[in-house]
Amino acid sequence: MKLRRYRSLSLSSTKLLLCSIAVTGLLTVCGPATADPTDPTKIVIKDFNFAPTPLTVKVGSTVTWTNTDDEPHTAVSDTGLFKSGGMDTNESFSFKFDKPGTYHYTCSIHPRMVGTIIVQ
Amino acid sequence: MSDELLLSRRNALKCMAFGGAGTLFVLSGGVLAPLDLAKAATDTPGAAKLGKPLFVQISDTHIGFNKDANPDVNSTLSQTIDLVNGMAEQPALIIHTGDITHLSKPAEFDLAQQLFSRLRTTEMHTVPGEHDTTDATVTEYFNRFGKASNNKGYYSFDHAGVHFIALINVLQFKPGGLGTLGAEQLAWVAADLKGRSSSTPIVVFAHMPLWTIYEPWGWGTGDADQLMSQLRRFGSVTVLNGHIHQIVQKTEGNITFHTARATSYPQPAAGVGSGPGPLKVPSDQLASMLGVTSISVLKHPSSLALKDTALA
Repeated sequence: MKLRRYRSLSLSSTKLLLCSIAVTGLLTVCGPATADPTDPTKIVIKDFNFAPTPLTVKVGSTVTWTNTDDEPHTAVSDTGLFKSGGMDTNESFSFKFDKPGTYHYTCSIHPRMVGTIIVQ
Repeated sequence: MSDELLLSRRNALKCMAFGGAGTLFVLSGGVLAPLDLAKAATDTPGAAKLGKPLFVQISDTHIGFNKDANPDVNSTLSQTIDLVNGMAEQPALIIHTGDITHLSKPAEFDLAQQLFSRLRTTEMHTVPGEHDTTDATVTEYFNRFGKASNNKGYYSFDHAGVHFIALINVLQFKPGGLGTLGAEQLAWVAADLKGRSSSTPIVVFAHMPLWTIYEPWGWGTGDADQLMSQLRRFGSVTVLNGHIHQIVQKTEGNITFHTARATSYPQPAAGVGSGPGPLKVPSDQLASMLGVTSISVLKHPSSLALKDTALA
């Protein structure tokens, strides 16, 4: 299974800041990823919680986590299936679930933060 | 330990409560005394009375952080480095207790190393924080700082008769749990301490606290008790951590625990708010929470003045 990372901010923070200030047109590229709570494949990280959890999706769905906290978070599968890397504020990570099952994950920076994805 | 020494040590601990950009540890009669770095840096004769400057602890530099709680962590680290460099007698070692970077990015590590290179004291020992190990392959930290431990994250060394033990407790998180040392590392510590005289002063340092400060936020290490049981026979044990961006201390027998302030940004006290994120404070208060302006707060720290310092 291919791990796909959609890091919305691959630039360094400094470059990003300059980018945001200098080139308004790039804001859609560099700006916050929009987390839509009604989208069944979106998980929002807010106030040190993953929501919604558990999240139920269909086989083949790509799930996207977006961090809205000032503190970075990660989403790391308990089985090692996926590992997001540190998501800074408004950064996202996506992973495509090809097989049905129940997937538990945690934030490796704040291990009390746990979540579950049910793939049907 | 004499009452006088105990008292001095206790007062030295209180001394830390006023913070500093870092903490200076001096060795006196086999006992390590922590001193506020900002104070010690400006009062070398007073600090020298306590003993020889052995090392400075800095922590949680979080290079790469740029939010409101401190938009310029490079600058506050640089101020810390200036304080260390300004000391008339340089400490032999620098110990960094982790979270060198905010997001484990190569550019963050590179910038941190560039900033550290200004330190006059060139021997630096580090342990990683969980912010240093979030890259997918967990290699960025070890590529730069892994040599001393052969990429294991734990190692020991001796300096000035003191035995130093660097430990890693940020790699084996269990969901909902605390940091973990793990059986392999604990067995290594047992072997490392075996045959060592109980009169050897011991310094243990790791990123996450090696005692449970606040479990709901993961402020502790689940199997630290197994470490402490190995350390209890020693007459002078100093356990250093970072992670929580504020000073918390306790003493258990001959074991003294310290968590250090960050050079980057403060965090809330245990359980206050939704989680242990950056604490936004008015900009005129930030420096005091990092300790960089605490120079004029205390009387001169000397072995006698410590007892006189009105802190309680």
